[in-house]
Amino acid sequence: MSFFTEENQKRAENIFSQYPDKRSCALPLLHLAQSQEGYLSNETIEKVAEMCEIEPSEMMDTASFYTMFFRKPMGKYRIQVCQTLSCSLAGADKVVDHFAKKLKIQPGETTKDGKFSLLKVECLGSCGTGPVVQLNDDYIEGKTIEELDRTIDDL
Amino acid sequence: MTKMLTQFIEQENCHTLDFYLKNGGYNQAKRAILEMSADEIIEIAKQSNLRGRGGAGFPAGMKWSFIPRDIDKPKYLISNADEGEPGTFKDRVLLSKNPHQMFDGMIIAAKAIDCHLAFVYIRGEFKKEAEILENAIAEAKEKNILGKRIFGSDFDFDIVVHRGAGAYICGEETALIESIEGKRGQPRIKPPFPAIEGYLQCPTVVNNVETFAALPPIFENGAQWFVDLGVENSAGTKLFSISGHVKNPGVFEVPMGTPLHDLIYNDEFCGGMKDDIPLKSVIPGGSSSPILTAKEIDGLTMDYDAIQKAGSMLGSGAVIVMNETTDMVQVCYNLARFYAHESCGQCTPCREGTAWLIKILKRFTSGGARQEDIELLLDITDNIGGLVDFSQGSFGKTICPFGEAVSWPVRALVEKFLPEFEKRVQEK
Ligand SMILES: Cc1cc2nc3c(=O)[nH]c(=O)nc-3n(C[C@H](O)[C@H](O)[C@H](O)COP(=O)(O)O)c2cc1C
Ligand code: FES
Repeated sequence: MSFFTEENQKRAENIFSQYPDKRSCALPLLHLAQSQEGYLSNETIEKVAEMCEIEPSEMMDTASFYTMFFRKPMGKYRIQVCQTLSCSLAGADKVVDHFAKKLKIQPGETTKDGKFSLLKVECLGSCGTGPVVQLNDDYIEGKTIEELDRTIDDL
Repeated sequence: MTKMLTQFIEQENCHTLDFYLKNGGYNQAKRAILEMSADEIIEIAKQSNLRGRGGAGFPAGMKWSFIPRDIDKPKYLISNADEGEPGTFKDRVLLSKNPHQMFDGMIIAAKAIDCHLAFVYIRGEFKKEAEILENAIAEAKEKNILGKRIFGSDFDFDIVVHRGAGAYICGEETALIESIEGKRGQPRIKPPFPAIEGYLQCPTVVNNVETFAALPPIFENGAQWFVDLGVENSAGTKLFSISGHVKNPGVFEVPMGTPLHDLIYNDEFCGGMKDDIPLKSVIPGGSSSPILTAKEIDGLTMDYDAIQKAGSMLGSGAVIVMNETTDMVQVCYNLARFYAHESCGQCTPCREGTAWLIKILKRFTSGGARQEDIELLLDITDNIGGLVDFSQGSFGKTICPFGEAVSWPVRALVEKFLPEFEKRVQEK
C-alpha cells in the first residue's frame, strides 16, 4: 500500500505513466511526497524508493543532493531570500538581516512556533526584480523592506 | 525592430493556444511533420547558423546531425529550462508568456532526430511556470498538436515537464540528464556525448528554451532572413536579461550585434544608470563570464565574436551592470560563495578549490588578508579551471566547465580590480 493519499496516489500513477522507467520518477515523486508531508523523512524516502524500485540508500543519495528537498520539518512559511549578485546589488543583504532580527532567528532556522523559516538561497532566476524573496512557492519581487513586512505580518 | 520571440508578450492571453494559433502558431511544426524530411530540417537549421542560447553557443543544426540514424534505440529531446546562471532571467519570460513557441520548435527538432518523447527540465522554483507548461501541453493535446499521430500523421510526440529541485549544476546537460534519471546532478565524463549516450544511454539532444523558440520563425521566414537579422557568426535576435544598477532592468530582445551602450542607456531599454551614478563594470554573459571594465565595454557590440575579442563571452546573454560605488571585493566574494555552494562535489579541484576561495576572500571582506593571499587566489583559480578557452568546451581540470565558470570570473575580478584587493591588505 502506498503512503500517498488517494488523490496523490492517482498523481503518482499518472507520473509513472509518463516516463519510460521508474527511477526517472524519483524527483517528481519526491516533490509530491514533500508537498504532502512537508519534508522528507527517512521513512518517506524509503517509501518512494520502493515505488521507484531502487534501494533506499540510492533514493537518499538523490534526495540529499537537492536543496529544495527538506530533510527536517520546515516552518509553515518559508521566507527564502536570494543572496546572489544581482539581488545583493539590489539590497538583499539588508532583507536577510531585517528578517533575522524581526523573527529572532538565524538564516537556516525556524521560529519556535513553527510559523516561519528563514533561508538564504542562491539565484532564483529573476535577477531583474531584486531583491527577490520566495515565500513558499510564490515569488515576491522588487519590494521594499516595509512592503515585505506588511506581507509577512498579514500571514 | 524585428522581434521574433517576444513581440506579443505584453498582450492579454498571449500564453494560450488560441492566441498562438491565431498568430500562425504551429504552422511550421505541422509542415515539418507532414512535409519535411529530417535532412531538410537539419539543413535549414545549419544554414540559419542558429547557435545554442544556453551559454556555449554550439550550432543547433550540427548538434542534431550527431544523432545516429540507424540504431534501434529511442531518441530523446530535452529543453533546458533550468535558468540557473546568475543574472539570467530570460527563459522565464518565454515559459510564462510564450510556451507554445518553444513546443513548436521542439516538434520541429523532434522530427529532425526522430524523437517521440521529450522533456522540459525546468528549475524547481519555477512552479508557476511549470503549471503554465502543463496546461499548455494539455491544450495542445486536445488539438492533436501533441500526443498520438500528431497533425493526423503517423508521428507520436509527447512532452513531459520535469521539475528540478534546486541545483545550479543541473543546468549542465549531462548533470541534467542524470537528474531526470532520478540521480544526483553530477556531470558525466565525456565522451560519450549525449548525442550518442544520453538519457537512459540513448541518443539525446539538449537545447535551451530560447534555441527551440527561435525555430518556428526561422522555418517561417527562411534561414537567410535569420542570418540577415544579426551580424557575422551571430545570427538572429537574442534575449538579453539586464540587471544591476540600471534604471529599468529587464529582458530585451534585440538583434545580435546591438551596441551594449544602447541597451544600457537608451530609453527603450534600460534607460541609463540608476540615480545617474557612472558605470564601473559589466558582466556581459552571466556570472561565469569574465567581468569587463567601463573602458573595455566602450564600443562593445553584443555578439559572440565581439565579446570574445573583448576577453569575455556572450554566454546566456545575462548582463549585470555595476556602478562606481560597487565594492568589487564583495562582488568577488559573492560569486565565489555561489560557486562554492553549487559545486556538485565530484571533482577535487572544484570542491576543495571553491571552499578555499571563499575562505581566503572572507579575509579580504572581513579583515586579515595578507599580500600573498592575492597570489594564492590566482593560484587556486588556475588549479580549478586552468587557462582554457571556455568557448571551446571543457578541457580544464574538472569533468564539466563549472571549473572554468568559477575560475574565470574570479581571476578577472582580482586582476582587473587589483587595487581594491590590495587596499584590503593594507587596511588590516
Ligand atoms: C555549470 C553549467 C550550468 C549551465 N546551466 C544552464 C542553464 O541553466 N540553462 C541552459 O540552457 N544551459 C545551461 N548550461 C549549458 C548546457 O550544458 C548546454 O550546453 C545547453 O543547454 C545546450 O543548449 P543550447 O545548445 O541550445 O544552448 C550550463 C552549463 C554549465 C557548465
Ligand atoms: S540574483 Fe537573485 S534572482 Fe538572480
